[in-house]
Amino acid sequence: MAESTAKKKQPLLAGLTDNYVWRSIFRHGYADTPRNRVLQVAANVWLHLHPSKIRRHGVRFKFTWCAGGLTFLLYLVTVVTGVVLMFYYRPTAEYAYWDVKYLDFDVPFGMLMRNMHRWAAHGMVIYIWVHMLRVFMTGSYKPPREFNWVVGVVLLTLTLLLSFTGYLLPWDQLAIWAVTVGTNMARATPLLGNEGPLGPELGATARYDARSLLTGGTLVGAPTLLRFYVLHCIVLPIAASILMILHFWRVRKDGGISGPL
Amino acid sequence: MDDPKSGAEKPGAEKPGAEKPGAEQGAADAGAPPERNHIWARREFTSLAASGAILGCLGVAGGAIVRQLFPRVLFEPATAFKAGYPNEYIVGEVSEKWMKTQRVWIVRNESEIYALLGICTHLGCTPRWLGAEGKFKCPCHGSGYYIDGVNFEGPTPRPLERVRIALADDGQILVDTSVRFRHELGQWSDPQSFLRSADV
Repeated sequence: MAESTAKKKQPLLAGLTDNYVWRSIFRHGYADTPRNRVLQVAANVWLHLHPSKIRRHGVRFKFTWCAGGLTFLLYLVTVVTGVVLMFYYRPTAEYAYWDVKYLDFDVPFGMLMRNMHRWAAHGMVIYIWVHMLRVFMTGSYKPPREFNWVVGVVLLTLTLLLSFTGYLLPWDQLAIWAVTVGTNMARATPLLGNEGPLGPELGATARYDARSLLTGGTLVGAPTLLRFYVLHCIVLPIAASILMILHFWRVRKDGGISGPL
Repeated sequence: MDDPKSGAEKPGAEKPGAEKPGAEQGAADAGAPPERNHIWARREFTSLAASGAILGCLGVAGGAIVRQLFPRVLFEPATAFKAGYPNEYIVGEVSEKWMKTQRVWIVRNESEIYALLGICTHLGCTPRWLGAEGKFKCPCHGSGYYIDGVNFEGPTPRPLERVRIALADDGQILVDTSVRFRHELGQWSDPQSFLRSADV
């Protein structure tokens, strides 16, 4: 039935859809009814995370600034470009620096991919703050959405950690010293850092404490590069992705985008 | 299961969530209620045992993973090295001979020789020795130290650290950067933290 209407509207496409192969794949047409629209969202494993309907004010740009969605879009950009970079980058002290040089100066579109990865990462950090500001200013952190605010704060932390671990991977002087400075802060971890409150009393030393867990030794060296690579490409993205799924799903379960001010 | 059903219900009888509220009452007729005379019903025990086993396995595995992240052997440069003979060092000068490879300055003055670790005590960068100004200066955030290692400017909270220095059997200076002495803890008076000129 829907096929016949499509045929009337767009005769050029009739040959594409009005044949046995097409019907064997799609079996029946799609009637664009409100019920089917809801069903399409509700029956799709990815789309069902979203509300199937949204309040009219929620689509106004100035209510959300699209900040959360843009943060997610930029995350997807870093994932795609990051996977491309992984085809060339080897996370060892011997190769890492030269692989980045190779990407920048010889691999076709290598510099584009690297810069897209970098700027999307910067943009994600910026937009996550914008999103947080928007959620705060619209009071969307209030019950029943208070748990989703907490999930968002964890996601913010994971985003910053993704940036921090990615910082080391070019393996140049800037990277090594920035991470030296950054991981030195872990020495001051309470209980677990060798210079933190109660750390030495509990047996934390430069060899066994929160910092050496991160660096894989007493200094920023080859083990640190590998650890940061694994964190950057495996641990943190998986953790962030799981929490993003929870984050989006909770928007729906908590009643959709919050009401107008 | 074959214990006689006691008239007095235990206070914990309503706890097991799996049972419907009516189950205990109808049990006298049906004849197969979970037994309440024990601390745990069989089902509760099984459930707790299973949960405990799973959590225990996860705990052991987690402990193993954390321990695995601390290797027994670190493939890092050796911390002890021989730094030549004392008469190779000139009184009043800061030797940068070992800075590049060992990150240590060896300083000799009238009375003693000491080894300063080239790690800024602010956030771990490598300071520079500025001979003309007679001070160590960190390029990261501007911390400055006198020639003896005591800080006098910038954000650093404490002096540079000195490291163990001794005379080896062959008369060479032996330096070990893994043994450190901190001025603010009064450790610079430790005899291992300097060589007296009278002894060399």
